[in-house]
Amino acid sequence: MTTSAQTGVAPVRRLGRRHKRVLPGFGLSLGISLFFVSLVLLLPMTGLVVEASGMTWDQFWFTVTDPRVVESYKVTLWTALAASLFNGLFGLLLAWVLVRYEFPGKRLIDAVVDLPFALPTAVAGITLATLFSQNGWYGQWLAKAGLEVAFTPLGIVVAMAFTSIPFVVRTVQPVLEELSPADEEAAVSLGASDGRVFRKVIFPSLWPAMVTGVALSFTRSLGEFGAIIFIAGNTPYVSEVTSLMIFIRLQEYDYAAASAIAAMVLLASLILLFSINLWQGRYLRRLEGR
Amino acid sequence: MASHNRRIGDQPWVRRSLIGLAMALTIILLVIPVVLIFVQALGTGWSTFAGNVLDEYTLDAIGLTLFVAALTVPLNLVFGTALAWSVTRFRFPGRKLLITLIDIPFAVSPVVAGLLYLLLYGRNGWLGGWLSTHDVQLMFAWPGIVMVTVFVTCPFVARELIPLMQQQGSEEEEAGVVLGASGWRIFRKITLPNIKWALIYGVVLTNARAVGEFGAVSVVSGNIRGETNTLPLHVELLYQDYNIAGAFASASLLAGIAILTLIAKAFVEWRQSQTEDAAPEEGGA
Repeated sequence: MTTSAQTGVAPVRRLGRRHKRVLPGFGLSLGISLFFVSLVLLLPMTGLVVEASGMTWDQFWFTVTDPRVVESYKVTLWTALAASLFNGLFGLLLAWVLVRYEFPGKRLIDAVVDLPFALPTAVAGITLATLFSQNGWYGQWLAKAGLEVAFTPLGIVVAMAFTSIPFVVRTVQPVLEELSPADEEAAVSLGASDGRVFRKVIFPSLWPAMVTGVALSFTRSLGEFGAIIFIAGNTPYVSEVTSLMIFIRLQEYDYAAASAIAAMVLLASLILLFSINLWQGRYLRRLEGR
Repeated sequence: MASHNRRIGDQPWVRRSLIGLAMALTIILLVIPVVLIFVQALGTGWSTFAGNVLDEYTLDAIGLTLFVAALTVPLNLVFGTALAWSVTRFRFPGRKLLITLIDIPFAVSPVVAGLLYLLLYGRNGWLGGWLSTHDVQLMFAWPGIVMVTVFVTCPFVARELIPLMQQQGSEEEEAGVVLGASGWRIFRKITLPNIKWALIYGVVLTNARAVGEFGAVSVVSGNIRGETNTLPLHVELLYQDYNIAGAFASASLLAGIAILTLIAKAFVEWRQSQTEDAAPEEGGA
């Protein structure tokens, strides 16, 4: 970054103390970005604020604490938690296997991990619903074991887990790749058991990435809609997620109620998003600062 | 790696059982579902499949979906590139906030995204009311679908470019400035070749999501067959009509795009590793 100051060719504008702008296009690129962010991301939020502020506090509270809606919060929260915890374990396993071992089919697994991000959620939804239905490829075996997945909250867990599989794998994988073997080899040569080495040497480096991945998976699961509605059965008080509640209120043309519930959901997702970014920032700084 | 320095998990039985478990779960959770889509789509024979795909409403849905993607992708390509350029090549107050803001579409439920647009641009919205007095209808029509799709897909290009451009640094471009090249020329001749593959993958991802978006589109579409029905909405409609073969025929087209997306990703990663191997001295930049 010091090269630019030494050349002194381009007109240098000042902003802050450490960095001077040499490259062109600051105004244009930032202008486009801010225009786009305001128009596409921020302006639409005003509609929600206007709609929600048209309600009195009592109306708002009554709407968001409606027993059916409260039940949907509970279902959404515990299924999202279960799905993201499953993905925490599955993601760690996949990341470990992909980084540490060589085996035939490894490239295929590495490629197919991203499928849930590439596959439209509605397609995932009808596919999972068909697989887990009573006569489905999986459903008929699970039925023999007395396990019903389709049209139960368990189906929601399956749909959420499927759509957020890549998060943990893709956050843990790079960390595992960069992990220096020295500490691990030293611990092994000093006679520590594998389990102990994993817990004491490897896991302390991995867990921040795992937390990030699980949090991303959780956030995504909270908002998931397309994949869920086909498999959940959508029984009021039992297997309705909050996204669906918003959708139902909209279909009843109750825009105010839809907005009130959406405001709660939006608030929760924004808090999660900002916390994850703060957390990641802190954790990255610690990694770089070493 | 030196083989005499043992690392954990190297014992054959640990290795084999972990690989086996990962393989089994991957096949159950990811591979078989894709197989099922094609089995269901083609299970009743090629002629039924062709009939389902060439159905009038299906063709309309394909057309609308391609049209929406064709408008969304260029918009987000320009936005994503501009954003990545501004946040990786310059420091300014609010830069971190800007990077966080573009993640909003990842965190927000697609249904909420659709609702935000419906509330603002719908007939009762403060902007939509004004628009409707001027006979402009955005919601329950194709412009609304394009708008929510732009919202949902706007992070992808930027998210692919930012880490790469950050890592590459701006020394090469600064050299271009010193040599007197114009901004556009610097971008075309120096930046673009460096970010080409990430840019392509960003476009591929944007396209995949634009083609497949369901929740947000479903809120603003109004599901008018032949008019505002995109392919994912068409899949839902057919599925709820108990036309399972038809639903999976349309779904298989979308799954095909998803598979092409994964292939594109593998290819782009391979190309990137090739260029990194070819120019190892740039690794420290």
